[in-house]
Amino acid sequence: MAKQPKGISYAKYGYIFSIPFVAAFLIFSLYPTIYTAVLGFTDCKGLGNNDWHFLDQPFDNYRAVLKNKTFITSLKNTVAIWIMNFIPQISMALLLTAWFTSHTNEIKGKGFFKVVFYMPNIITAATVAILFQNLFSYPVGPVNDILTSLGIKDAAYNFAVDKSATRITVAFIQFWTWYGNTMIVLISGVLGISPDIYEAADIDGANGIQTFFKITIPNLKTVLLYTLVTSLVGGLNMYDIPKLFRNGGPDNATITSSVFIFNQAFMGSFLYNKASAASMIMFVIIAVFSAILFRVMRDEDEHRIEVEKKREKKAAKKAAAGGQSWQ
Amino acid sequence: MAVVKKGAGSITFKIVAYTVCIILTVLSLLPFVIMIVNSTRNTPQIQQHAVSLIPSKYLPFNMKVFSGQDFDPIRGFLNSLIVSAGSTALNVYFSTMTAFALVAYDWKLRKPFFTLIMAVLMIPAQLTAIGFYKFIFSIGMTNKLIALILPSIAAPTTVFFMRQYMIPSLPMEILQSARIDGAGEFRIFNQIVLPMMTPAMATQAIFAFVGSWNNLFMPQVLLSKPTKYTMPIMVSLLNGDIYKTEFGAIYLGLFLTVLPLLVVYFLLSKYIIEGVALGGVKG
Repeated sequence: MAKQPKGISYAKYGYIFSIPFVAAFLIFSLYPTIYTAVLGFTDCKGLGNNDWHFLDQPFDNYRAVLKNKTFITSLKNTVAIWIMNFIPQISMALLLTAWFTSHTNEIKGKGFFKVVFYMPNIITAATVAILFQNLFSYPVGPVNDILTSLGIKDAAYNFAVDKSATRITVAFIQFWTWYGNTMIVLISGVLGISPDIYEAADIDGANGIQTFFKITIPNLKTVLLYTLVTSLVGGLNMYDIPKLFRNGGPDNATITSSVFIFNQAFMGSFLYNKASAASMIMFVIIAVFSAILFRVMRDEDEHRIEVEKKREKKAAKKAAAGGQSWQ
Repeated sequence: MAVVKKGAGSITFKIVAYTVCIILTVLSLLPFVIMIVNSTRNTPQIQQHAVSLIPSKYLPFNMKVFSGQDFDPIRGFLNSLIVSAGSTALNVYFSTMTAFALVAYDWKLRKPFFTLIMAVLMIPAQLTAIGFYKFIFSIGMTNKLIALILPSIAAPTTVFFMRQYMIPSLPMEILQSARIDGAGEFRIFNQIVLPMMTPAMATQAIFAFVGSWNNLFMPQVLLSKPTKYTMPIMVSLLNGDIYKTEFGAIYLGLFLTVLPLLVVYFLLSKYIIEGVALGGVKG
């Protein structure tokens, strides 16, 4: 880390250069967070209403939200859709990672496939939701067209009224937008593993599958955990696709907690207090998960420093041995 | 390099791998192909066959459907451009500045400050939207695009990645010699540090831009005037009753909203993929 010269102290510039970040953080992030937390304990509702009071029973809103059937449904949906998306997503990403980093079987066109698989991730989720809504439209729509002309279905199917079909479709869209991203993160994780280990495995006669399960997966633990936590936090905030694909329906089958919060606060009777309580419940859940990620990433930082120290020691030893290395 | 083993196993592997990759390629591209082709077809054609690979001639006709409606792709494009360009510039400039404060100077609160940034890294703005909305409403800034731009000054994710990049690549000796030459700290930052950080800033800028461009939640909370709508809200208007029978127009509307992104992606895909590999942004 930087060493400052003796004499003039530049420490104050550390503070000065941090002022914009801190000011913006306090105004646009911390203050709204506290505001939201406070509103959760009040009777504040109605558009443009500034006349609100604290409740006699401070946790009434929390109790109401936790008893609200739609909120419970939305939590269950959020988790269910996330699991239905994440398991196929991580499996597909791992499979593609294994193929694209294979030492024994080179796949041509990797660069092209990466660009194509990642593409859905960059497209506006709002557009994707409405595009899929139209692809699945009834009685005439591209998906129905394909299904009937291939003879899979006799007549067009109305997907919009099928609860589980809609839930699966939302999960599929999430999978479709994210597996390319996860694959690229995993590939870069694999490329970070020392090639020496793979060479050793190769000399020992390990085959591709053994190498993958015995070397790649264990060495990828941190990256996998990172993927898991970031995907979970993203999944718990899922909004655009379920909101625009079927507006949380049919019959609340795809309402997620973010859609619930938006609908409570910014539609109908503008129940800011209930929505704030629901936000804070989600906030706590997400804070727990990001605390896990925080620990993991810090551990990795420490690990990196340790590795560097070891390397330095090795280099020192080598230098002491006369600068020759027999490896 | 290891010895390549060839044989029956290798051929089966290749057949399976390429088949899966080609299926996924079709899966990735087909929705967009259908969208683009259908944007040139009219309702009767789409009703006869919703999937076609042959473009028709109704693009201008579909375009006319939008005239006089709230869905205005050019307005949406301009509003999104203002918000995304403004917030990207603030995000990248001030994040680099904050990272510089964390890397170049030794100050008492440096470690706690970095811990704070790490701690709020994952907290989504969405969860504090109600307080944010009430605050913006109370100062009369709803329906003002600036309310979507200014919060980007504090972007913990960008600060985190800029710091990671800066630690190994910013030699302190250069700062020292600039000081000896009489340069002030602000000049050092603006004229020496910023140019050195350009590659990392460019990568972060792409993600900040795309993230802001695609954001639906916050604009939906703050903007109620159709003339202020950004692209994702414009898209959501295509759900409306006016378009129930104008299938071609819906596809065209969708196409117009993704066109800028498709262009940017095919120009910058190499950098974007590299950026994701660096541990990019996850939503």
